[in-house]
Order: sequence, then C-alpha cells, then structure tokens
Amino acid sequence: MTTLVANRAYDGVMRRQGEILRTAVGIDYDRFRQGRLVFDYEGLMAAPGYTLEQIVDIQAQCKVGKTPMLELRNLTRLARHFAAPGMGARIFVKDEAANASGSFKARRASLSVWHSKRSGYPGVIAATSGNYGAAVAAMAAMHGQRCLVLQEVYDSRGLGQPEIIEKGRACEAYGAEVWQTTVGPELFYIHLLLLEETGYFNASLYTPFSVAGIQTLGYEVGAEIKALTGRAPAAVVVTHAGGGNVTGTALGLRAAGCPDTQVIGASVDLRGLNMASDRDFNRKSFTTGHTGFAMPFLKYPDRTDVPYNAARPLRFLDRYVTVNQGAVFYLTQLLAELEGLERGPAGNTSLAAAFKLAQEMPAEEVLVVQETEYTGAGKHPTAQLTFARENGVRVVRGPAFMNVPGEVIAIPENALDVVYEEVDLGRIRTSYLGGQLARVGVEGLHQLTEDEVEYLAAETHLSVENCLRLLSGLK
Amino acid sequence: MTSEISRRWVEVGFVVLEPSERTAHLPEDTQGVPYYARVKGFAEGEPEVGQTITVETLIGRRVEGEVLRIDPEYGHSFGRPVEELIDAGREARALLRTLEEER
Repeated sequence: MTTLVANRAYDGVMRRQGEILRTAVGIDYDRFRQGRLVFDYEGLMAAPGYTLEQIVDIQAQCKVGKTPMLELRNLTRLARHFAAPGMGARIFVKDEAANASGSFKARRASLSVWHSKRSGYPGVIAATSGNYGAAVAAMAAMHGQRCLVLQEVYDSRGLGQPEIIEKGRACEAYGAEVWQTTVGPELFYIHLLLLEETGYFNASLYTPFSVAGIQTLGYEVGAEIKALTGRAPAAVVVTHAGGGNVTGTALGLRAAGCPDTQVIGASVDLRGLNMASDRDFNRKSFTTGHTGFAMPFLKYPDRTDVPYNAARPLRFLDRYVTVNQGAVFYLTQLLAELEGLERGPAGNTSLAAAFKLAQEMPAEEVLVVQETEYTGAGKHPTAQLTFARENGVRVVRGPAFMNVPGEVIAIPENALDVVYEEVDLGRIRTSYLGGQLARVGVEGLHQLTEDEVEYLAAETHLSVENCLRLLSGLK
Repeated sequence: MTSEISRRWVEVGFVVLEPSERTAHLPEDTQGVPYYARVKGFAEGEPEVGQTITVETLIGRRVEGEVLRIDPEYGHSFGRPVEELIDAGREARALLRTLEEER
C-alpha cells in the first residue's frame, strides 16, 4: 500500500472526522452528551473501565511509575535565603525521567497502548511534537504494537527545532514510523488520513485513557509526601500545556486523600508568538508547557483530536502562573549544579515557578514539582540557547522584564530575578463561559437551565453562586 | 555468515497540501508555503537524491516521496557553551558556600 496523501481533499477528510475518530478511539462520545451544553464528564472518565489499582498494575508491567521523590535541599536553602524569616517551603521533585522513555508522558501512553492491544487494534498513532511520541513508541515496542508518530518539526526553510528532532530520534529508536511536517494545524488532517488508512488506535493525549494514566502520578505524589513528611503537600506545581497533566495530577491527589493540596499550573510565557506562524516557529525555545497551548486549551478545551477532551484543567486549577524562558533555563542550570540532576528543560517550567512560590510559603510546608524529563542533545539548555542565537534571538543576563518571546531571553542576574506572573483565572473563566454559550447559541443567563449552570460551575471550579456572578457579567 | 545489505536508509519528503489547498485562517507566512512532510525508511537498490521512490518504514508501511537525504544523520547536538549559564551556576554555588559557612 502506497501513501498518496496529496490526492485526498482536505475538506472531505475533515468532514469525516467524527466517524474516523469514533472508530479510532472506540468510545461513543455521543453517549455522554446531555443536551446542548452539558456533557457527563464523570461518565466519560469512567468509560475506560480501569480502577486506579489496575492502572498501577498495568504501569508496573510497562516500567512506568514509582519514580523517586527527591528533596531539593540546596534549592530550598537558596530559596529560604531570599525569603522572609520563617518562610521557604521544602521543595521536592518527582523524578519522572525515571519512567521508561524518560518522562511522565509514559503514564499517559501506558494505558492507551495497553488498551489498543487488548481491543485488537493493529497499531497506534499519536500526533505530538513532545515526549509523548517517545512514550507511545516505547510502550508500543513493549507490546509488539506498530506505532506511527506525527510531529511538527520544520519551518519552510527546512530548519528543524532541535528539541523536536531529538524527540523524533527517540521515536525511531523505539521502532516507530515518524512523520515530520512543516508548521501548520493541518497535522490533524494527516492524523485523520492515517487513522483511516491504517485502522490504528488514536492514542490521543486527550482521551480518558491518557488522563487516567496520570492519576497515578498525583496519587504517588500525595502518598509519598505524606509518608516522608507526615503531612500532605501544601501545593503541587504542574507544568501546564494541554491540560492532561493538571487534570490527572489533581484527580490522583484527591484519590490520595489530599483534597486541600493546591494545584498550581505553570507555563512558559510565549505570549506574542503565533503558534501557527512559519516565521515564529523557530523563535521559541520551548516546544511544550507554554502559553501557546495552555491559554487556548483553558478557554476552549475541546479544540482537540477527540470530540470531547478528558483533560479539563479549568475544573482543577487553584492558581495559574507563567514564568519566562530565561528563568526556566536558569533553574535548569541550578538543578544541575546545586542538586546534581541534569533534566529538562521543559519539565523545569514548574520548578522555576516553585522556586519563587516556595519563598512565599511557611518553611514547615511542602511544595512539590511533580515532573522531570530526560535531557539530551537538542533538549539541553546549551542546545536551545545556541539555536535561539542562530535564529536571531538575543541571550543576555537581566531581570525578568527584559524577556521578550522571540526577541530576548534574559537569564536572571541572580535568584531574586526568578519571578512568576499570576494569571487571572477569573478572566480565563469568563472567556471560557462566553465561548461555551456562544457555541450553543445561548444569549444569556436567563436562557440557561439549572443543570446547565451547575455544569458550568463544575467546569470552572466555582460554586454555583460565583459562577452565576460571572455568567451575569457576560456581555 | 556475512550478507551484503542491498537497501539504504533514506529520508523522503513530499508536499501534503499546496498553499491553495491549505486550511483558511493561517498567518500569511504559513499560508504562502506548502505543507510538507518527511518520512524515513528503506529504499531498494541505490537511491539518488531528488529521485521519487517508495520506501519501507520501520513498521513495514510504504511511503512515496522525493529522496532528500541518504543515510540521514541526526545532526542535533548540545550546542555551544553558554557563558551566561556557566556564570549563573558558579554564582549560585558561591552563594550556597557562603550560606553554609554562615551556619
């Protein structure tokens, strides 16, 4: 069979997406629709039919989970030096690089690939430029499943982002066929075409399988911190992009009996760069965990490769902050030189935020950074900063405000320059609510049923009262 | 026993969508260029760069495209030393040493 993609008209393929995705995920999403607006989220999350204990067992067989929980004593000491007396929470990190394939994404891939094998699919496809590709490829290799990974890698000059080239290399090392494309949202078109052509399982990042796989991470974080310190973590900082990491971690923390642990999302600030722009593509130094994914996904989570996204970060986030590229590179260097851990850099987005957040928390409290990722050629800060310079981005030492995505990366002059910016979740919620109402043609609060308001309150992590307040303020 | 390898590992590329076939609502710079994909696989015989051939991928599928590279190297690296980071690390270590001496 020869692939002749160019002969398949774009519009026709896109029109068939509902049917293609239903076959490729094996979930009938329509079953969970309850009217024009409401979707049975809990029902969808229960659809895979695996208990937390079963997922732990499956992951153990796949060399996933039970990663080390490490206390970062030197970074904590440094943070305390800059904090007020009595302040400076203990910083711990969950060394997710120890999973097979080198990142927490193995948790997401493990259940998807397991399920695809059990359900008789001949292979799996994942559309991702991140660590998830290597994770799916590694799991597929273990289960004898064929694997196809689709990545956005090159600009129109044929210049590839080194971090994504490394991730593609890893996929090929695990035996996957890798499609590497130029910049554009049409990756979804190829995804649909190849799903149709191969009959493979869509190992989407946004199915309940993927999110359920991350629950074990939140569970381990809660249980291990309780065992190590005798108390639940005060807060867990989660690098946030598509929302699966936030969602799965929060669900796992609840299962571990940590309902009061704050879930804080953190993204690299890439505001101003257009994620669909051929020119901007190689002017960013982070390929995931950034605002280019995080913001649109918060405001409209269902913009994905499945009909309804199981990753719904707005349901779980207590706070959301951004950090600049320079601060993440700085903390990556400090993690290596003070703690002896060469990791990331993308996984260190939450670490940069945590370093500042810890300074604002009492010293007896515990703050957890819930992931690391393996580092290597292409991924390492020296690789990314060399690439940035080659693409006209200035790299300097300087305070946070000097950072301009695509123009200047300012490595902090000292640890005091590591700051975060709080994102107003109220504004994000308002934008989400406005979008949801517009999509179903509801003009205002008076047209909503009681069930719909309750649903929107759950979707925005608000009480019904507070949700009503936001809804009544919508134009 | 030795065997002679009669196939080469190559990278092929092909236009997936011409600019006119691409989705609407793209930034101008992206809209103006084709949507292009690359795949690697085994070519039978002796391929030449620029030739259109079919390759067999790592999972046994066949994909047709123009030969871009033969024995394609993973060219990504660790880059060059970044003095700003070297300085940042040294400063933090020095500060930590001072804090330890003060204790």
